[in-house]
Amino acid sequence: MNEVSTDARPRVGKGFRLQWEPAQDAHVLLYPEGMVKLNRTAAAILSRCDGRRTVVEIVSDLETTYGATGLEKDVVAFMSTALSRNWLEIGG
Amino acid sequence: MTQIEEPLRWLPESPKRGATHASHGLAREGQPRIDHERATHAQGATRLPGPPLWLLLELTYRCPLHCVFCYNPTELARISEELTTADWIRVLREARALGAVQLGLSGGEPLARDDLEQIVAEAHALGFYTNLITSGVGLTEQRIAALKKAGLDHIQLSFQDSTREMNDFLSSTRTFELKSKVAALIRQHDYPMVLNVVLHRLNIDHVGEILDMAERMGAQYVELANTQYYGWAWLNRDRLMPTRAQLERAEETTRRFRERVGGRMRVFFVVPDYFETRPKACMNGLGSVFLTVAPDGLALPCHAARMLPGLELPNVRDSSVADIWYRSRAFERFRGDAWMKEPCRSCPQKTRDFGGCRCQAYLLTGDPDNADPVCDLSPHHDLVVAAVARAEAAGHAPPASTDQPAAAKPPIERPLIFRDHRTSIPLSSG
Repeated sequence: MNEVSTDARPRVGKGFRLQWEPAQDAHVLLYPEGMVKLNRTAAAILSRCDGRRTVVEIVSDLETTYGATGLEKDVVAFMSTALSRNWLEIGG
Repeated sequence: MTQIEEPLRWLPESPKRGATHASHGLAREGQPRIDHERATHAQGATRLPGPPLWLLLELTYRCPLHCVFCYNPTELARISEELTTADWIRVLREARALGAVQLGLSGGEPLARDDLEQIVAEAHALGFYTNLITSGVGLTEQRIAALKKAGLDHIQLSFQDSTREMNDFLSSTRTFELKSKVAALIRQHDYPMVLNVVLHRLNIDHVGEILDMAERMGAQYVELANTQYYGWAWLNRDRLMPTRAQLERAEETTRRFRERVGGRMRVFFVVPDYFETRPKACMNGLGSVFLTVAPDGLALPCHAARMLPGLELPNVRDSSVADIWYRSRAFERFRGDAWMKEPCRSCPQKTRDFGGCRCQAYLLTGDPDNADPVCDLSPHHDLVVAAVARAEAAGHAPPASTDQPAAAKPPIERPLIFRDHRTSIPLSSG
């Protein structure tokens, strides 16, 4: 699996759409004929992946928002998983 | 249901709501692939089921093709009065309000409706993820541009017409040119190129050529889906079922192709369930996530359910989607496990396969409450074994080659019945 570098600017993958679903009380990631229901942590990360912010900036935003420290390793690991599933893409 | 291997959780979750994950990639045609916190009715009858996450609109039964393996009802000649644009839009609004999120637009050929763009635009505005399931016939440059503009998310291009089209296809004639043109349009409009090919005895020996053609067409995903025997396909079952040897050769060819192309193309091979010993988890359990609305407004817990006896199917012309989903007897009928007979009722597999397919149970055993006879625990499993054995016996004809079309060499005498309005009329009585 490719590790996501901290200066990358990830965005939600082509063909995927992230949206809030009140009926499920959750964010979901939609893709052709399928759906991933996200837990709040995953949603907090993915919703910050806008293709403009770097991983470092996203981690810092998350740490500020949730009053936590040392999240980088976990966030990068999650993003790497998400990248391998095409939920996220980098570049362009 | 697969848990995301979620490495971190510093935010609390709502009770019983973890991250859940849908199964990979493509759906077999018309089958829901949404995986979710399964409706809670299995645990307690008083709790409401979850929302109808997957809405399939069969916009019309009109179709320019005549596929022998079509699952549409054989009595389609009797079903003529289609819903209006306003009806479809009302269904979209009501279903979305309940939490429906994936939308399939199918048929028939959905492009036969000239209001398809309007329906897509409304669905997109409501927040549906919109999937068009089409043969590509009628998908012009103008229409695809309009659909893109309306917000269409995804197109699945199908090879529908078995023998004639497949022979065309294999000999690179008109159909291949049409499909290639449509494939190019799909790519130009920045959609992934997703191809669905229905397999059966008459074309399964050509899987290698089919995959090569798909590659030349620029397909990124190919689903090789073996025929499921409902509707017209049920009439033609004994002519369509492959032999085990054919199936094994096709799987081997697919495996070698996958090795050659690596990550450039993803190929899914859906084995026909008659060759399995455990049934498919049909629709994730009827009334659990999946709602079909047929061209005449009939609401179905699966797209073949029109055939089930005594279901009293509601119609969107006279009931709201909420009444249909949460309060109709037809949708309640197969929820939970109270309806089940043995061996399902006391079987630990019931939470995984929900007893299999109700339509298959009915078609083969005459009773929709029986276990799907695909299951080798079913006392009727011999019916499936016999059908496979008949295919073996009939399958001694030499494999078709491209210069000798398979259709020209029927392995047994009984003719194939092509899906057609005229053929449907005698099948529509009763």
